[in-house]
Amino acid sequence: MKRTSIYAWLMLLPAMILLMAFTHYPALETIITSFHSTARGRRPSVFVGLDNYDRLLGDDVFWQVLWNNFLYAVVTIPLSIAIAISMALLVNRKLRGRSFARMAYFTPTVLPLIAVANIWLFFYTPGFGLIDQIRGALGFAEQNWIGQPETVLYAMMAVTVWKEAGFFMIFYLAALQTISPSFYEAAAIEGASRWAVFRRITFPLLMPTTLFVSVNAVINAFRLIDHIFVMTGGGPNNASSLLFYYIYQVAFREWDTAYGATLTVVLLLILSFLAIGQFFFLDRKVHYK
Amino acid sequence: MTKAPNIDGVLLTMAAWLLALLWILPLVYAGWTAFHPAAYEIHFDLFAPLTLENFSNAWGQAPFARYFLNTTILVTMIVSVQVVLATFAAYAFALYEFPGKNILFALVLVQLLVTPDILLVENYATMRRLGLVDTILAIGLPYMGSAFAIFLLRQTFMTIPKELNEAARIEGANVLTLLRRVYVPLAKPTYLAFGLVSVSAHWNDFLWPLIVTNSVETRPVTVGLSVFAATDSGVEWSVINAATLMTSAPLLIAFLLFQRQFVQNFMRAGIK
Repeated sequence: MKRTSIYAWLMLLPAMILLMAFTHYPALETIITSFHSTARGRRPSVFVGLDNYDRLLGDDVFWQVLWNNFLYAVVTIPLSIAIAISMALLVNRKLRGRSFARMAYFTPTVLPLIAVANIWLFFYTPGFGLIDQIRGALGFAEQNWIGQPETVLYAMMAVTVWKEAGFFMIFYLAALQTISPSFYEAAAIEGASRWAVFRRITFPLLMPTTLFVSVNAVINAFRLIDHIFVMTGGGPNNASSLLFYYIYQVAFREWDTAYGATLTVVLLLILSFLAIGQFFFLDRKVHYK
Repeated sequence: MTKAPNIDGVLLTMAAWLLALLWILPLVYAGWTAFHPAAYEIHFDLFAPLTLENFSNAWGQAPFARYFLNTTILVTMIVSVQVVLATFAAYAFALYEFPGKNILFALVLVQLLVTPDILLVENYATMRRLGLVDTILAIGLPYMGSAFAIFLLRQTFMTIPKELNEAARIEGANVLTLLRRVYVPLAKPTYLAFGLVSVSAHWNDFLWPLIVTNSVETRPVTVGLSVFAATDSGVEWSVINAATLMTSAPLLIAFLLFQRQFVQNFMRAGIK
């Protein structure tokens, strides 16, 4: 081996050891664990083949959290992106109080999700939370937004959109600034309407940003669950539980590590599909230029 | 832009303001209750007396000083180790040709998607085997080898002309000198961007610390806050809101002071 190769390996070693110890090794270990039973008391863990996966297919809670997670992603992602684009367009022009508006949009991003959850929990409090106070003033009855299965997931979605839209906005702002003004001049000569300009020029040119943001948003939709701990604990009746929260419950409340690992494999599969999707999308992204 | 009629501009400005107000409202509302006596949390009164009592109550009812110390130690530890290790790794990826380079780099990229916090079942088992459960080191260790840092720095190092490297080599400079004199200074914006994103990510991190800690001596502020807010011993909302603001305050103040840098650096770290 050449001397430079040895240098390179030595420089990589510490980072690689840590990376592998806490990413690759546990990922493989998760897959192996999913084929074993959970050790209980004096009963050791044994190989059980596909038993855990069999249980998974028949587990109503699993299907429910998966569906919840799907809904959660399908609603929050387009909504966050639409709001983020609107925000970016609104503050990309000259206006009085522009820096205030930008600050207001972006501030939720720097707050810990756990703090955000507290703020919104208060906001939603039946009777005296702000939402109910306004509704009360207008003559509506009290509503326990996060206490009933029909509304709880949507109430959680609002929190997510609030937290994420401002973050996505900055990527759109950056992208908007790279769009050449000549496009807009040409459109003005053609007499194109504002909507046509957006649909035919701005939106297509923002496509790479949208793809980048979407991938991030999807990962977050499956990964960020801090607010569930504070606001609902997944309830009522698992109506606001997401896949990752269910993993936490199974692994650290019921201490069923084997089944927790099986659920984690599902999460890993979802993320891998995303990675493949991203790869194809990024390939296509080039054509937009 | 097309020259819009004036009325149009006014409407758009109002839309921007309205959205801004709506967006800041939850925070302002929480802030308002935190600075007013508990009696006013139910009904809004513009002339309610201001007070800092909620903050002192929160500070006195839970060991927030200790939580802040824990978080500070944690974040400093994570970010400094991340940066040092990633600098060497990024340098190796950017400047050397060696067998296995592409495979190793692909392995690094895997972590951009599968982050250690997703694998908490197995990582917890590892920590138990290492005897590290309920230590600050256990919270930080999984994050210290950061693919994100390696990736960002590698991209930056690759834009630095190789001639600079060769010239310095001829002068007899070794790798450490090169890094200290050339690469690290030139990559300063990247370090800043990564540092900012990493500090706020780990300041705000909750789930993994929740699992791996169970005592006051190790808990970071996020977990401390959740423990405090969850005690159903009739803690008033105004006190909880004060605690919430308190735990977010360092980042919030830093953000308000250095808004432009924050936004730019979040963006730089995001666009790869």
